[in-house]
Amino acid sequence: MRSIAGGGLREEVLDFDYTEEQRLLAESVTRFVKDRYGFAARKKFMAEPQGFAAANWAQFAALGLLALPFPEAHGGIGGGAVETMIVMENFGRGLVLEPYLATVILCGGLISLAGSDAQRQTILPAIAEGKLMLAFAQGERHSRYALDHVETGAKKDGTGFVLNGHKNVVLHGGSAGKFIVTARTAGAARDAKGVSLFLVDREAKGVSVRDYPTVDGLRAAEVTLENVRLGADALLGPLDNALPLIEHAIDRAIAALCAEAVGIMETLNAMTLEYLKTRKQFGVAIGSFQVLQHRMVDMTIAAEQAKSMAILAALSADDPDPGARRRAISAAKVQIGQSGRLVGQEAIQLHGGIGMTDEYAAGHYFKRLSTIEKTFGDTDYHLERFPAFA
Amino acid sequence: MDLAYTKEEQEFRAEVRAFLKEKLPPDLSRKVLDGKHMTRDGMMRWHRILFEKGWIAPAWPKEYGGADWSIIQRHIYDEEAAEAGAPAVLPFGLVMCGPVIIKYGSDKQKAFFLPRILSGEHVWCQGYSEPGSGSDLASLKTKAERDGDKYRVNGQKTWTSAAKWADWIFCLVRTDPAAKKQEGISFLLIDMKTPGIRVRPIVTIDGGAEVNETFLDDVMVPVENRIGEENKGWTYAKYLLGNERTSIAQVGGSKRELKKLKAVARAEEMDRDRRFRDKVAQLEIDLMGLELSNLRMIAGLRDGRGPGAEASILKIKGSEIQQRLTELTFEALGPLALPFQREALEEGWNEEIIGPDYAPPAAPRYFNMRKTTIYGGSNEIQKNILAKAVLGL
Repeated sequence: MRSIAGGGLREEVLDFDYTEEQRLLAESVTRFVKDRYGFAARKKFMAEPQGFAAANWAQFAALGLLALPFPEAHGGIGGGAVETMIVMENFGRGLVLEPYLATVILCGGLISLAGSDAQRQTILPAIAEGKLMLAFAQGERHSRYALDHVETGAKKDGTGFVLNGHKNVVLHGGSAGKFIVTARTAGAARDAKGVSLFLVDREAKGVSVRDYPTVDGLRAAEVTLENVRLGADALLGPLDNALPLIEHAIDRAIAALCAEAVGIMETLNAMTLEYLKTRKQFGVAIGSFQVLQHRMVDMTIAAEQAKSMAILAALSADDPDPGARRRAISAAKVQIGQSGRLVGQEAIQLHGGIGMTDEYAAGHYFKRLSTIEKTFGDTDYHLERFPAFA
Repeated sequence: MDLAYTKEEQEFRAEVRAFLKEKLPPDLSRKVLDGKHMTRDGMMRWHRILFEKGWIAPAWPKEYGGADWSIIQRHIYDEEAAEAGAPAVLPFGLVMCGPVIIKYGSDKQKAFFLPRILSGEHVWCQGYSEPGSGSDLASLKTKAERDGDKYRVNGQKTWTSAAKWADWIFCLVRTDPAAKKQEGISFLLIDMKTPGIRVRPIVTIDGGAEVNETFLDDVMVPVENRIGEENKGWTYAKYLLGNERTSIAQVGGSKRELKKLKAVARAEEMDRDRRFRDKVAQLEIDLMGLELSNLRMIAGLRDGRGPGAEASILKIKGSEIQQRLTELTFEALGPLALPFQREALEEGWNEEIIGPDYAPPAAPRYFNMRKTTIYGGSNEIQKNILAKAVLGL
């Protein structure tokens, strides 16, 4: 299965099999999650200061996962969105906490798409080796999901820039050594033109970070920029015209999230099915009740539809036609949001009280599905973005 | 047919409103309206205020210290209290066990327990569900064996709300393992200080710990603490569950939450979003229907009919609406609902909140309210009741 230039969907739509390399990748990530990411282990990782395990990150580097999507010229492996899908689907099964999405997919993606040779040469190998984590500081108090809503300002200052602003809910901002910050170099809050990207060191003067857990057990941060002075080399990509690149990077991240959600839904469905077969009330397994059988079937259908759309998203994440890419990505995000809500809520309901408890895994999968729906645009946002009448 | 209240009922409403205005402590109503966690002290403070007014037990007869209100008066009070943000009063003694003692208890039990339930000296909790007995409650296994003038109780109860606060627990226990499952059950009142009782909090997915597991190991309970006859506990248990159903629709609380949802949506400019506006409108229309259905049931009760199986309809619709309200609030906040700020819901928190001040309860409430379609007889069980009792299927 490959997403290729010219649109994977159109030319290779009947090839849903993994290549030998993809199969090996899937095996190694599956094994990692199975062996290392049990529910109890995850709880321990969550309690570490950064909210995940440094040892896992080192393991990702050793497995080549941190180099996976980067070009070979920069120490990468040259994988595409399908390889990312394979990783993220398995990460979903284990509810992996590490900042793979933030560092490798989003920020690594932005550097690959927008970076100068020098920027790629220094940053991508550092990510690949596990030495550098990054976070994308994009959302603001009033931006909701709009990528063009940027109030944080970057003013010209000699050859460099001065940044001022506040970024909300920066995914994995607390563990980042560098931020990629969206800032306005021209125009008003919702103008498409005038958005630029900057690389900002966490240690730079004027940067303050408030790190916190999110409701799904992951981490995020509030990032405040107060008169942060940057050299000309901090600019990432074209001045004023970064929005198309941001959209592309976010679309890739959405495809990755869709895959994560599929891994979650399949796991949750397997847990629920097992529960229906083993939980006895009124002297029989509750799975013998037809009402519950049909509910379980609906959950299975929802997960199947989601899986199909996650594959479409992966095959389309690098479609050279931005319109076609957007259409597929938004469609997938809508399906994932709807399927995720149904599967998550029904899994809790069919488990009954036990599903409400923190010490049982189902609730944690449900919570992650709930936050995935809220990441990079919720269902309504993507319904609006989907060009039904174009 | 007329939706208007009588003059007396309107005067009663004015009296309730004036009382709430004067006596409801603003710090408590603030907490309720802001969706924060209530402490035992806060809850009991409000309990005592109602007790002093003589309003703590609206449905109890006057001779036992109740207010003996009509069903309409109770409904009016519930509406006004919900809107004003009055804390919920723990129902386990007042709504659940108290009426059972009044109907089936001995004179000695009445004299000892009822005044202490009213004053708040005894906080109660409920020992019904067990790990293996949820929807199939009658399959419960906690056993009580006669040992002289005592029962020796062994077993485990779960989902025990307020167990860490409680002085007493009412328990369903199996006293005749050989009988048919509903026929071997007795109803015991057990002092939580009795040796052998251990309470373990259950943390729920919202991060709270309102429910517990309660373990009973060789707990010795005087036979005089049994309600009614041995092996007749299922009759008393069913009577109790019937009482639980009259406030099941939760209309007042949902109206209050709808107001809050609209305030949040306005603040986040979601009132301009056509898709979102439609969802709120749909929900409000559902709630209007529920309110009228609830009033119809209440009028029926006033006229001596029911509550029959229509209580199950109110439970199903009421719980679905409660869930939808929290789901839409979670949705309205967009990414601002992501920071987990559990401490911000507790008393004494005065650090800076991340995002707007209405953000911290949104996700925990959404997660927590998934319980409403599970507890109090799951919605699947309610549908079975409707299918059998109403539709005759």
